[in-house]
Amino acid sequence: MTTPSIEVEQAPSVQYLLRLADTALILGQRLGEWCGHAPVLEEDIALSNIALDLIGQSRALLARAGQLGGQGLHEDQLAFLREERDYRNVTMVELPNSGSVGPSRPGDFAFTVLRNAMMATWFRLIWERLRESSDSELAAIAGKAVKEARYHQQHSCDWVVRLGDGTDDSARRLRAALDTLWRYSPELFESDDVDSWAAANGIGPRWDTLREPWRSEMKALFDEARLPMPADTAFRSTGKRGVHSEHMGYILTDMQYLQRAYPGGAW
Amino acid sequence: MMNAAMRVTADEVRVQRAWEVLQGVLDPEVPALSVCDLGIVRDVLAEADGIEVVLTPTYSGCPATEVIERSVIEAIDAAGLGPARVTLQRAPAWTTDWISDDGKRKLREYGIAPPSGEAAVAQERPIRLIPRQAIECPRCGSSNTERLSAFGSTACKALYRCIACREPFEYFKPL
Repeated sequence: MTTPSIEVEQAPSVQYLLRLADTALILGQRLGEWCGHAPVLEEDIALSNIALDLIGQSRALLARAGQLGGQGLHEDQLAFLREERDYRNVTMVELPNSGSVGPSRPGDFAFTVLRNAMMATWFRLIWERLRESSDSELAAIAGKAVKEARYHQQHSCDWVVRLGDGTDDSARRLRAALDTLWRYSPELFESDDVDSWAAANGIGPRWDTLREPWRSEMKALFDEARLPMPADTAFRSTGKRGVHSEHMGYILTDMQYLQRAYPGGAW
Repeated sequence: MMNAAMRVTADEVRVQRAWEVLQGVLDPEVPALSVCDLGIVRDVLAEADGIEVVLTPTYSGCPATEVIERSVIEAIDAAGLGPARVTLQRAPAWTTDWISDDGKRKLREYGIAPPSGEAAVAQERPIRLIPRQAIECPRCGSSNTERLSAFGSTACKALYRCIACREPFEYFKPL
């Protein structure tokens, strides 16, 4: 006997929040996989701390999405009982920590810190804008989260510089990570009906308005880290519309097993 | 029978007593500080039959939040002021500026460098191009210290090392 899946409200008010909430949730889940496996103890602690912040932010957003959805859904139901197509995270965060190294290793540290730097910069930019949201609850969540994202960004950018401007080996691995990750970044800056609705109603920014500030911060980071600014490609990922990579199902299997097998399980 | 003025006074006394009780409720992760020292108690209100405590969470993912909520309820109930009810208030967001001066002194005595003011947050840059503000070692007082990691044993602390006395210490990060 397993728990049946829940239906999710398709209104843009809910979808806009789910995109943010799921992006934080899935990145938090990926970073949690490093717990006990990071190259040094300090980084093990740092990655787990960042994961905790992200999951905390996601909880607050899911709770708000549940209130707005009108079905009285709890944050845990939204986190654990949706079908894959109803998760609205961007594809970049669901890629395995091993990046381009392949599944033979538990994780590639260069890939992990570069993804964190790209995502933390994006999160910091969007949280700054969401502090002005006409939804006072969302503005309050953003007021807290923006300060946390600042630390995430600083920490991961420090590592990108250290690896990029480090040894030949660390620089080579960071470039390989950039090759893999860059093609997933356009999804963070494409607008559609959902964020257009949010902008028109003062809820939050259209995602395409984040593109230029993000690129200029990435350019400054890459210059410092001796990384080339990559060329854009025609590839477009579609996670925020519910169409995910082949990796998503495996994450959900890990995340959902307990609640599916033992409905309402708690400790 | 109580008249309105007497009831106001009785409510004030209950609120006052509740604040005193909360001075004894400690943060489980930094047990040198009470929830009042930490500045997370935003308000205490007298209700018809109990006490409402308004708390603000420190970090979004802080696992201590739920423990603190329970400890507050238990302490108020145990003091006979209950039933206690806790409401969480997110805005305005908690800042380390709300840690009391007494709290900062207790942190230092406990071996954790207290947070510097809001200016230190603005000084945090995405890329480390400018030197960061020197943090004083809580053991020997030297400013000759270095950051080992922005993240320590809990979300709210960073790891530092004192170059003068060679001791590692934690720094309560400004937020």
